[in-house]
Amino acid sequence: MNKCDALIIGGSAGSLDVLLKVLPELNPALSFPIIIVVHRKHGADSLLPELLAGRTRLIVKEIDEKEPILAGTVYVAPSDYHTLIEKDRSFSLDCSEKINYSRPAIDATFQTAAEVYRDKLVCLLLSGSNADGVNGLISVKAWGGTTVIQDPKTAQVAYMPQQAATFAKIDYTLAIEDMAEFINLLS
Amino acid sequence: MNQELGVISDEQVEILLGDLLEYYGYDFTGYSKASIKRRILRLYALDKQLSFAEFRYNINNDTAYFKRFVEQITVNVTEMFRDPGFFKTLRDTVLPKLGTYPLIRIWLAGCSTGEEAYSVSIILKELNLLHKSLIYATDINPAVLEKAGQGMFAMSQMKQYSENYIQSGGTKDFSSYYTANYSLAKFSDELKGRIIFSTHNLVSDHSFNEFQLILCRNVLIYFDRDLQHKVLSLFAESMEGLGYLALGSKAKLDFSPLSRNYKRVPGEKIWRKVS
Repeated sequence: MNKCDALIIGGSAGSLDVLLKVLPELNPALSFPIIIVVHRKHGADSLLPELLAGRTRLIVKEIDEKEPILAGTVYVAPSDYHTLIEKDRSFSLDCSEKINYSRPAIDATFQTAAEVYRDKLVCLLLSGSNADGVNGLISVKAWGGTTVIQDPKTAQVAYMPQQAATFAKIDYTLAIEDMAEFINLLS
Repeated sequence: MNQELGVISDEQVEILLGDLLEYYGYDFTGYSKASIKRRILRLYALDKQLSFAEFRYNINNDTAYFKRFVEQITVNVTEMFRDPGFFKTLRDTVLPKLGTYPLIRIWLAGCSTGEEAYSVSIILKELNLLHKSLIYATDINPAVLEKAGQGMFAMSQMKQYSENYIQSGGTKDFSSYYTANYSLAKFSDELKGRIIFSTHNLVSDHSFNEFQLILCRNVLIYFDRDLQHKVLSLFAESMEGLGYLALGSKAKLDFSPLSRNYKRVPGEKIWRKVS
């Protein structure tokens, strides 16, 4: 596999448990950024970055608009905005229409990142109950990136990774307990 | 929507933006690139355009299509009382302070279809300040202003807006502000009476008055840092001493040297001009 310049993890229902299991196992000196886009209710104040920060020695922060994307940091997409990746490897936020009934939409981040990071992008789609992220994985593949899904058999809600497996070309299908090792080896 | 591989390249985006500036005087070159490209790709797919050449030709030669293009590449998603906590601070802290002025002038920049303008108007009315307030609600896009002027929003949204209103500290019956007309809720003329809807382009137009409160909650994130700085300067020029500047929930001010002139109101993205 090519050198990894960014890992993006998308998920919906049932994905938080996976993140809480995987994060503590990650090497705190990762050579790339991790960008987490998970569906959550708007308004419920942004406790997610704090929750995740308690599980890892990596820096965890909610994304600010125009923020440069740095290695060794876990970025969490804010609720009620789409997170887009700019050519200069910074974030921009966008509160346009929901996509797949979701804002943030995983597709929006996967697709804009696909074109920026090309074959140095790895995208992982976790448990969830809608098909957000599937079109994104198709784009990631088209631009030469690596596509990974949670093994639907291990997912609380299998629909999302299952849809991905049906419609996109998937490079790796991982059980929860294999994810941390896979991510550490990208470094 | 599937963003197909390289349907429109970055260079072609630049060509379109260059055309808009040259032929129509609209300058989108300071917009964040990923966002505007996404909007353009979305429209290209939505309108089933067959080629970039045809798309470009239509924009440059068909005035109606040009209008559609501008309407669609700008984001016009808004709500009444969006981020209720913000509107609660307006109600409890900011607007009462402005109540001592004989005339309260408010600029709502990037008002889109007007939901926020009506929200502010409702709070002013409840604080018994509406009669001596003027809300200048501006947008780059004439089509959304026309809709804003009608004061009619989808009935299907009213449940959500009513919840937002209550969370923002509203205690009246929200439905008393509109009359239901089939699928639309028409807001009362009294609320609209103190709002002036007008086109204004933040990129190219100048300051047109001085205000005690400027709200710009939906626009700045689409601008690059240089353009953000330019617009913040425009707001500073258009602000009375001790006036308030309200930005969107993810906005930042600390990147700008102008931030030294402002003091943050705790808890919300509201700053008071102190010098």
